[in-house]
Amino acid sequence: MVLEVKRLSRIFDNQNGVKNVSFYANEGETIGLIGKSGSGKSTILRTIAGLDKDYNGDIVIAGDKINGPHPEVGVVFQEARLFPWLTVLENVTFTLKGDPKGNNELAKKLLKQVGLSGAENLYVKELSGGMAQRVSIARAVAAKPGLLLMDEPFSALDAFTKMQLQDLMLDIWQEEKVTTVIVTHDIDEALYLCDRIILLSGKPGEVEREFVIDEPRPRDRASEELASMKKKILQTLQIEAVRV
Amino acid sequence: MAKKMVELSQSIAYEDETPTKKKKSNRKVTQIALSLLLPVLLLALWIFVTATGRVSSYQLPSPLAVIETIQGLAVDGTLWGHLGITVYRVFVGSFIGTVLAVVLGSIVGFYRKAERIFDPMIQAFKSIPSLAWVPLFILWMGIGEPSKISLIAVGVFFPVYLNVVSGILNVDRKLIEVGKVAGFSHYELVRRIILPASLPSFFTGLRSGLGLGWMFVVAAELMGASKGLGYLLVIGQNSSAPDLIIGSIILFAIVGKLTDWLIKLVEDRVLKWRDNSVIGG
Repeated sequence: MVLEVKRLSRIFDNQNGVKNVSFYANEGETIGLIGKSGSGKSTILRTIAGLDKDYNGDIVIAGDKINGPHPEVGVVFQEARLFPWLTVLENVTFTLKGDPKGNNELAKKLLKQVGLSGAENLYVKELSGGMAQRVSIARAVAAKPGLLLMDEPFSALDAFTKMQLQDLMLDIWQEEKVTTVIVTHDIDEALYLCDRIILLSGKPGEVEREFVIDEPRPRDRASEELASMKKKILQTLQIEAVRV
Repeated sequence: MAKKMVELSQSIAYEDETPTKKKKSNRKVTQIALSLLLPVLLLALWIFVTATGRVSSYQLPSPLAVIETIQGLAVDGTLWGHLGITVYRVFVGSFIGTVLAVVLGSIVGFYRKAERIFDPMIQAFKSIPSLAWVPLFILWMGIGEPSKISLIAVGVFFPVYLNVVSGILNVDRKLIEVGKVAGFSHYELVRRIILPASLPSFFTGLRSGLGLGWMFVVAAELMGASKGLGYLLVIGQNSSAPDLIIGSIILFAIVGKLTDWLIKLVEDRVLKWRDNSVIGG
């Protein structure tokens, strides 16, 4: 088990946050966290990343109970969060330790994989939103994380770029088999990418239901299985809406 | 399918919107012409009023007379002494003021407690018009170099300090989080993220600080000096030589602009990553 979240609670003054959330991620699995805004999806991710320490419950990564950022964790944020004073290549190698030459080789390889070969020496100001997010993905993958956290990574992008990057993630997973927790409010995205979807509801958010998607990837975005699954998810969300 | 899409998007990287070279140079010529318009008109007006005798020459000498005066000083060699000592004062004073501002500004920017201790005091000192220090500095240090250099250092200190502090405090927390996730130590966060991110703000402070430095050197040299461009102003006043006064003013303008341009050059080099498209185009 790469990640285990045990009875995580973190409630803010305005009742946003999460209550008693438990889930786990096995090696190589892709877990999707979905839920309405305010259900604490991003809160969960930030605590796993070790950025927020004010919580109850335990988070165990690769056997260690965390207390701050864990070395095995890589994060792709909603915004690309690149360093504007560095070139694309330097951004990818920025967090890497050890031999700079080897790091550069690795970064070039990854940039090629995310479709940005030739852009190594550009500055951030010269990148479009989609390109910047590709660099940010390359940066996260470059550190060879045992656990990759993605916080609504494609929500700021247009629909076409979004689909491209989702396919890019499928490629990366196929090659690196990295365990991933992805927060999204896009049900289609979760259905397309994830092995399991954890649905949060309420305020503060609790785990409402878990959906397992058995279909092999790459999946057909328009398949009937995904459509029926989407219906179930929508229904679950609907129930909550009636209850409130 | 997935691979194909990725390859397709590669071309994005090479798209470039810069206009053609010819267009660009044309635009540059018009820009230069526009910025020269007003100075040329003023110069023409100056020549006109002095040549036609509308303003008497003991009040406003002709441009030619001013140039001749400067030339005379250059030829007999005294100009370089005056210019040199003034530039020296500005540089040493600015250097001391900048170093102090960066050190104190960094401490105040990084440590909340230091902010509590130093900042109220510095803000209070800031509201004292810096020229008010002149009598005190003369009393303490005499009219030699130390008092002049101190005055310039005080003038340069505040803009640099304020910009360093705000630069550090305004570093995007989101970028710092990237470093934290990567397991950076406190020192690494400062050196690799906070310092580079606050560099633009530092340069803004440095440029306005140096501007003030040139202002204060005039004050320092007016208050008593035996050399320097400010001293030439005093001589010009005492010997009723407007050509000397105007000549000195022009020299001040030229070296002031030159140093600002030099810093701008360094700034543009160091901060070439900055996104200026909103202002420049």
